[in-house]
Amino acid sequence: MEIHVQDPQLRPIRDKVLAKERLDLEDGLTLYQTPDLLGVGALANRVREAKNGNRAYYIVNQHINYSNICRNRCRFCAFGRDADDPLAYQMSLEDIEQKVRERLAEPISEIHIVGGIHPSLPFSYYLEMLQRIKALRPAVHLQAFTAVEIAHLAELAGKPVEETLAILTEAGLGSLPGGGAEVFSSRVRESLCAQKLPSNQWLAVCQTAHRQGLHTNATMLYGHMETEEERVDHLLALRRAQDETGGFLAFIPLAFHPKNTDLADLSGTTGVDDLKNIAVARLMLDNFPHIKSFWIMIGPKLAQIALSFGADDIDGTVVEERITHMAGAETAQALSREEILHLIREAGREPVERDTLYNVVVH
Amino acid sequence: MNQYSNYLCNLMRLTFQQAVDWYHADLLTLGQAAQEVRWRLHPEPAVTYVVDRNINYTNVCVSGCRFCAFYRSADSPEAYVLEREALGRKIEETLALGGTQILLQGGMHPDLPFSFYEDLLRWIKDRYPIHIHGFSPPEIIHLTRISRLDLETVLRRLREAGLDTIPGGGAEILVDRVREQVSPKKGSSAEWLRVMETAHRLGMRTTATMMFGHLDTPEDRIRHLLAIRDLQDRTGGFTAFIPWSFQSGNTDLPLLPVGGTEYLRLLALSRLVLDNVPNLQSSWVTQGPKVGQVALFFGANDLGSTMIEENVVAAAGISFRLSLEEMERLITDAGFFPRQRDTYYRSVVA
Repeated sequence: MEIHVQDPQLRPIRDKVLAKERLDLEDGLTLYQTPDLLGVGALANRVREAKNGNRAYYIVNQHINYSNICRNRCRFCAFGRDADDPLAYQMSLEDIEQKVRERLAEPISEIHIVGGIHPSLPFSYYLEMLQRIKALRPAVHLQAFTAVEIAHLAELAGKPVEETLAILTEAGLGSLPGGGAEVFSSRVRESLCAQKLPSNQWLAVCQTAHRQGLHTNATMLYGHMETEEERVDHLLALRRAQDETGGFLAFIPLAFHPKNTDLADLSGTTGVDDLKNIAVARLMLDNFPHIKSFWIMIGPKLAQIALSFGADDIDGTVVEERITHMAGAETAQALSREEILHLIREAGREPVERDTLYNVVVH
Repeated sequence: MNQYSNYLCNLMRLTFQQAVDWYHADLLTLGQAAQEVRWRLHPEPAVTYVVDRNINYTNVCVSGCRFCAFYRSADSPEAYVLEREALGRKIEETLALGGTQILLQGGMHPDLPFSFYEDLLRWIKDRYPIHIHGFSPPEIIHLTRISRLDLETVLRRLREAGLDTIPGGGAEILVDRVREQVSPKKGSSAEWLRVMETAHRLGMRTTATMMFGHLDTPEDRIRHLLAIRDLQDRTGGFTAFIPWSFQSGNTDLPLLPVGGTEYLRLLALSRLVLDNVPNLQSSWVTQGPKVGQVALFFGANDLGSTMIEENVVAAAGISFRLSLEEMERLITDAGFFPRQRDTYYRSVVA
């Protein structure tokens, strides 16, 4: 079937998409700059349907944000706190066990664990966290610790990343979430998150994980000070890394929420921004199997629309997500399975419950 | 040839069956076809908005619609009839913000006499240079009952007292099977259409709305659109069509909310079917600013109101507030230029 694009500048890109050719930096910029939102969406949808058919994935998971104490204090973050801040918290291992116990009756396939770069928790805390959760819930997949946390844990363990990952895997680690990538541009990182793991090391941790058979996700935080060129560069860096190690499962564009951050005077992202980032990612990242529209970030209505703009996954039923909500996200804390199924079916897609590794969950 | 190019080759009126087929088309194809109609009707890349204030003169209502979270009975402690002083202050604030109209609506109050409404309009017009867009058809029908006057007389007298145009609310779904279930006391589809037709014949312009996503089917929605199109063929009095989705919070209908795709689908279909209604409004109040903006790619050429005050939707748990700058940012960010309009969709020169 032909694909209609209104903007003539999109025609050469359409030809490449139809011929399954790779898009380059210039193409990426054209996609971001064109006013033809539906043309970009239609191209992305073509790739989406070629890769994932009519399926729209979701997962039943539990989020645990074990502590908001963080020594990095990135300017775009509303979550991180100094240890002496009255709003600082850290969960004891018993607290975490309690959280897991509370939901043992629910059919959760993944526990998603992310926290700050804590200045004093020892390596044993993280290791035991994984072990204790696994003891309570042996079948669950632990998607835990972004590449930034892993680099920190390697430092705590005094061991190379490779060895650290092996120890964590032994304790129950199943895969790494994609956070902490932010935008790879050093200009942006110097200004917004100078203390954070540099982008080449973020990629190196992910690639090390991939080489050990661990899958990871990847993200990009957009809508602050980054240029369109920096966004495309970010996507191209991920694509090159994926060519080498192939372990990325999903790319998740993260809409920046300015409220309660150091950049609170900025406006939040718009619906057009959000859909463009989904669609451009789908088109540029030809070697990524999945693109996720995270409903917590952009709201269920837009996440549903994104299923027609390149996304094939809307994440899941999330209980107690703290990081985005500290930044003023007005979305609910959780969607029920019924609501997720309704969103997906109303969009004309076929809902598929997945586990972390995109295996179909059969009840 | 796909459905889209097929459509472009015959830019013709959709039949009921064609509309049904389009309803089930691929979302982006439907959006692209709607945009063709939008560009044909509005070749400029402008998106309009109005600076106005929604003033609800009373929340007392005998209608008892199951989808409404706003109304109260007359003896409720939360019942109110707006005092003149508060009304005047609201209008002054509206004018100070560059506002051009007030949207004056209320519940169907059982005890207020017809003179209350005429006095209200005269009081406003005597004091303030502001356009009054007020009294949706169910209220007008209610006034015919209270006054024991015929419809045309009621409309003439309201117009003489200062009513300029009539909002299209209360249309809900113009299919009586559905109306009988969700808003049995709000009058029939024929009554709603008759108010609008009479107003149009008197030279008053009105808008038309649809509230979908409760007990209605896609076919009901299309019947609604065709009823509007038929009337518009006869009178040409509708300035705009404004669909919105049912908001289920605090109402008597505990349904799952209509999603973003269903809203865009209905909006785009409206643009295709209503080839004779000039303007199509995106409802950011019910959809939120993100989907409200994306709607500009699914046939909408107007972002509605800055809504200085909106009591009815806020009562159902949605309370988005967009400042003027935010509204202009949404429009500009989507690649259009913003233009303030009046009730007749004419440019307002600041």
